[in-house]
Amino acid sequence: MTAAPHLLDVEGLTISYQVKGRWLPAVRDFRLQLRRGQILGLVGESGSGKSTIALALLRYLSGNGRVEGGGTLRFAGDDLLRKSDAELRQIWAERIKFVPQNAGAALNPSIKIGAQVTEALRAASDIDRGEAQARMMRVFHDVRLVDPERVAQRYPHELSGGMQQRVTIALALICNPELLIMDEPTTGLDVTTEAAILDRLRNLIAEREAGVLYITHNLGVVAQLCQRVIVLYAGEIMEEATALDLFQRPKHPYTQGLISSVPQLGQSKRAAQLQAIAGNPPSLTRTPGGCVFADRCPAVIERCREQKPPLEKLGDGSLIRCFRWEETISMPPVPRPPQGRKGRKKPLPLNGGGVWGGGVESALLHAKNLSKLFPVARSLRELLARVEPAPIRAVDGVDLHVRAGQTLGLVGESGSGKTTLARLIIGLEERDGGSLELLGMDVRNSVRDRSQDVLSKIQMVFQNPQNSLNPYVTAGQAIRRPLIKLRGMAPAAAEAEALALLGRVNLRPEYAERYPDELSGGEKQRVAIARAFASDPDLIICDEPVSALDVSVQSAVLNLLAQLQDEGGAAYLFISHDLSVVGYLADRIAVMYLGQLAEVGDARQLFQPPYHPYTEALVSAIPIPDPRHSTERILLSDDLPSAQNLPSGCRFHTRCPRKIGEICEREEPPWRAGDGGHRIRCHIPLAELTTMQRRLTLADEA
Amino acid sequence: MRSVRVSRVYAAFKRSAGAQLRHPQSAVGTLAVAFFLVLALFGAQLAPHPNPNDQSHAARLPPTLDIGALHLGEHPFGTDRLGRDVYSRVILGAGSIFRIAGLGTLISVLAGSALGLFMGYQGGWIDEVIGRVIDALLAIPALLLALVLVGIVRNLDFEAGSWQAALADNVILLVISLLYIPIVARVARSATLDIRTREFVEAAEVRGESKAYIIFREILPSVVPSLVVEASLRFSYAIFLVASLGFLGFGARPPSPDWGLMVNENRGGFYQLTPWALEFPALAIAVLVIAVNLMSDGIRRALQKGA
Amino acid sequence: MLLFLRRRFLFFFFTYLLSSLTIFFLLRILPGDPARVIAGGREATAEQVAEIRAELGLNAPLPAQYISWVGNFLGGNWGDTIAFRGAQNYDLIIERSLNSARLAAVALLMSVPLSLVLGVIAGLFENKLPDILISLLTLSVVSLPEFVTGLFLINIVALRWGSSDLAQSLGWWFPSSSAVRADASFGEMLPALWLPAFAATLVMLAYISRLTRAGVIEELKRDYVRTAALKGIPWRTVIWRHVLRNALLPTITVIAISISWLISGLVVIEYVFGFPGLGSLLITAIERRDLLLAQAIAMVTVTVILFANLFADIAYALLNPRVELA
Ligand code: SF4
Ligand code: SF4
Repeated sequence: MTAAPHLLDVEGLTISYQVKGRWLPAVRDFRLQLRRGQILGLVGESGSGKSTIALALLRYLSGNGRVEGGGTLRFAGDDLLRKSDAELRQIWAERIKFVPQNAGAALNPSIKIGAQVTEALRAASDIDRGEAQARMMRVFHDVRLVDPERVAQRYPHELSGGMQQRVTIALALICNPELLIMDEPTTGLDVTTEAAILDRLRNLIAEREAGVLYITHNLGVVAQLCQRVIVLYAGEIMEEATALDLFQRPKHPYTQGLISSVPQLGQSKRAAQLQAIAGNPPSLTRTPGGCVFADRCPAVIERCREQKPPLEKLGDGSLIRCFRWEETISMPPVPRPPQGRKGRKKPLPLNGGGVWGGGVESALLHAKNLSKLFPVARSLRELLARVEPAPIRAVDGVDLHVRAGQTLGLVGESGSGKTTLARLIIGLEERDGGSLELLGMDVRNSVRDRSQDVLSKIQMVFQNPQNSLNPYVTAGQAIRRPLIKLRGMAPAAAEAEALALLGRVNLRPEYAERYPDELSGGEKQRVAIARAFASDPDLIICDEPVSALDVSVQSAVLNLLAQLQDEGGAAYLFISHDLSVVGYLADRIAVMYLGQLAEVGDARQLFQPPYHPYTEALVSAIPIPDPRHSTERILLSDDLPSAQNLPSGCRFHTRCPRKIGEICEREEPPWRAGDGGHRIRCHIPLAELTTMQRRLTLADEA
Repeated sequence: MRSVRVSRVYAAFKRSAGAQLRHPQSAVGTLAVAFFLVLALFGAQLAPHPNPNDQSHAARLPPTLDIGALHLGEHPFGTDRLGRDVYSRVILGAGSIFRIAGLGTLISVLAGSALGLFMGYQGGWIDEVIGRVIDALLAIPALLLALVLVGIVRNLDFEAGSWQAALADNVILLVISLLYIPIVARVARSATLDIRTREFVEAAEVRGESKAYIIFREILPSVVPSLVVEASLRFSYAIFLVASLGFLGFGARPPSPDWGLMVNENRGGFYQLTPWALEFPALAIAVLVIAVNLMSDGIRRALQKGA
Repeated sequence: MLLFLRRRFLFFFFTYLLSSLTIFFLLRILPGDPARVIAGGREATAEQVAEIRAELGLNAPLPAQYISWVGNFLGGNWGDTIAFRGAQNYDLIIERSLNSARLAAVALLMSVPLSLVLGVIAGLFENKLPDILISLLTLSVVSLPEFVTGLFLINIVALRWGSSDLAQSLGWWFPSSSAVRADASFGEMLPALWLPAFAATLVMLAYISRLTRAGVIEELKRDYVRTAALKGIPWRTVIWRHVLRNALLPTITVIAISISWLISGLVVIEYVFGFPGLGSLLITAIERRDLLLAQAIAMVTVTVILFANLFADIAYALLNPRVELA
């Protein structure tokens, strides 16, 4: 090693939080070493303490948090823990910069962007206004903010999420800091935006020779960006290694579980179950005495519960905290075949009676030309003023069919209208046009007008289990209610059936008595799934059911959904922004852009040419959790045009990298049919698309 | 099913009781309110001279109360210029203020919550129209509206025993309810709006639950904490209003032992003669309002953080 | 901006319409005959009642009555005062309103800066000693009805201190009542004003300072405050530029709303101090059954409040870039 001190050198750092008067150590014995020019990843799930670490490293813990004595925290050789407030301010101003997660909240809403950015510059050095302005323009240009002069004159709320995040990055880079701490800077952004920002970030960091600590929960981002990775769990380091090593030969059972629980792009439920980590992370108040991962570890032995495994330093410089890593490293996770492929318990089609006579491939649900316009705030006042603002065309003429017992995946960026489409189908939103048929029956507009029969046949699993269960209703009551209401069961029978349903979602019977705040996120979602299944529906609409869950919990829920479908044959309309998740669970996938479908096809067809140019960009933007993998990204501009003011012709033409000319702006593209129901809506013929896109893929592999 | 839900709400209140005790101020407030409640309920038994207009004592006797010696004496708060025992009158006065302010609060909270829940859940133009009407009503200062209403009703003559006469007798109760229903409705509405968009309400809609079920079974439990907080706040304002109206001469009529009225009867020139006849009822009002405010602060702290 | 203004004005007129309807109908929908009330209740003879009915146009259909009433109000034609012989409601109310406005202005000048300072201090020291002391102060002040504070002030300041030698030498600055001539000039009135204004200040103090405190605490928790601090600028600058600026903006609205409070409070305070303002006039009007006068006073009050809210909203929108003006 070189004689020069590490840029950041942390040893034995313990951070506590005060909870109800007691100080609880949220992060224990943390260490890291970071060199200039290095990007170090810090991966952990929610509650692992990763954001706490970021703030502690900055010495900016809130009043109820503190760094315990005994550890060291050195920045460029200086002890940060000993710095006075004035010295710290100096360091914050010039040398260490922080990029926060939620850029929208991190910018002052009532000060113009330009003033906020130059304020940072003037805190660092005495420079005049003109010079500051010039430097700001340079850094805005560096982070690829379009039209920097105008951006500087705007207020934060006038920018899109992607632009706001670029501003916070510019804010951090403008003083050429030595150390950058980034806390989930791309979480919450669309993949396309994320890809563009990460791409820029990688170059900027390389140019500047700064050290970067990059905190995230997203393994794909880590693999694509970082050289070394620390894996954090329940406040302790589990493992540290180079990115290449970590993804190829993960040593720790937790790392192994984490990596294998993320569905690979193109991995399907048909091939194998996802490798899920059982259980939930321990809570801060009840951290186990031995190995913190013991309760969920497949390799746990007696010793793990009694003794805390030490953080071992290995010859190659990597770190590991596990008694059995030498054995576990050679036990790579075996893909398990999907469970219960014994044939469906219920014959398809389900309880359709005489109404339904088609074969398995016939559609369960037919949506024709569905559309939804949202009038823009038409309040009484506006009625009186007779102001009629242009409506938002959230869903604009969508044709869709879901086959019995199958999963139709629906993907698109936020603002594409996918959630509205789902709500039209379930009837929470009333459609303005088009028709909807379930098993050949016409389905009424709104849930309020639908018959008991239709209601019981379409159910929904919501995005946020935090909100989808009533805090004043126990899990058992939540599941019993649809049994009584929609299946007409007597209370006693419902009671028994509710327990059976809990069993089907792998929850023990005593969960029936629990209130939502006594359940973890994953458990809540299981209860919500059991509730949706209670009425024995034919179609379940899943609106981002796993996006609020941690990776390790997410895979278990995905497995459960796949398994339940297998057993009962319900069809899913599965909505997600995450293409790998959709790819795993779906049989067919529809891609949505600005209220219209751009492409529909078999799940396998969607991940290979010909793609719709938009799908192509989406697929290329996915961060793959494998450092060896690098695709040439197709970068789109951040800004989705407003649905109030849609582009003419092809809606994608403002961002399309393959735009062929004026025709794209003038004429709506036709649907082009490929094999097996694959359809793409583009002016470029499929064959041509295929050749263009093949070339790219081939170039890639070469 | 209901019992479990009730117990859930109850558990929240137990938590709140715990939190009350952890904050000494709110515990003191709650105890003081309880003390006044006892006075209100058993005033006739507790007062040494249960007839509020008992003028059999010597007039203008100074208070015999000696706090240091814990000694009450014959007339702890003295007697007024008509020879009435101020101590008994203050005790007897607790009843009417609690009855009017309490009942008024109860009525306005019940009716206001129902209205607010309905508006919040229903939304649309009905909500918009009622909301605007409420805004308009709230633009008129409460005391002003109360004065005008009381002034009008008092000057109307009704047949004794008719419902109008009964109404006129309870005009202050009526005024409190009318004034506070829109305010409570507004609070209930915004709490409901917040809950309405939660996905568990949509889950209930997707099962085809009736409006009443959704409002009362799904939404209400989550709104109850804010309603309780609002109720305690309304109660303190109601006491304020009743006392102010009494003071201005628009509340109870002499010789009733209304605290506000007592303050008014003994101000001006009489103040120099019998300051105690003004000070003790004034003190009673102040202590009661402070107590209610401390209590409602405690309730707010407990319910709005936890649940 | 134009659209916002248009919308806001529409809302203003709508509210105005509704409040005026409320005030108008208060006298109409209640059981009983307003003419009889005005004529003197039970003792009034049938002829008197009939005469008043005709005079007030009570025989016309309700909508027509409403329209002519509003027309009369807008035209400054508010009728004769019954409570005081020979006076005109319009002149009387304008004179008294000006007095009340002086009182309110002094009260606002005293209470707004004071409560903002207290609220900001309490917010910056959340749950520390200064906050606890300020909270106790505001809580006890908010708990005292205006007539109690008013009487105590008269008692302590005017009667006790007022009779001290020092106060005697200062002369008329310690009057025991504020019953000045209704047509006195502002200079003449000032000595009589400050005590009732102080009582009114106490009413507003608690309200504004508590909301300010909450605003400051909320702002301090914002992510952008952290962003600002991590820019390395001094904490004082962070507070001024990033915390107070956003925290104090809503106070504009709060002050407008508290004007409605102030008016309620002034009714009682004017009565206690015997100050010749609109509030004491209202009480006299109601005591003497002058319902037309009371009605006109209510309309004037509502007008003031609605205008205050209108201006506050516009000012807020102008100062706050977050409000969508489009
Ligand atoms: S120490 Fe034991 S429990 Fe912990 S990860 Fe290793 S094998 Fe599993
Ligand atoms: S039609 Fe034109 S703009 Fe649209 S996706 Fe195809 S090539 Fe791109």
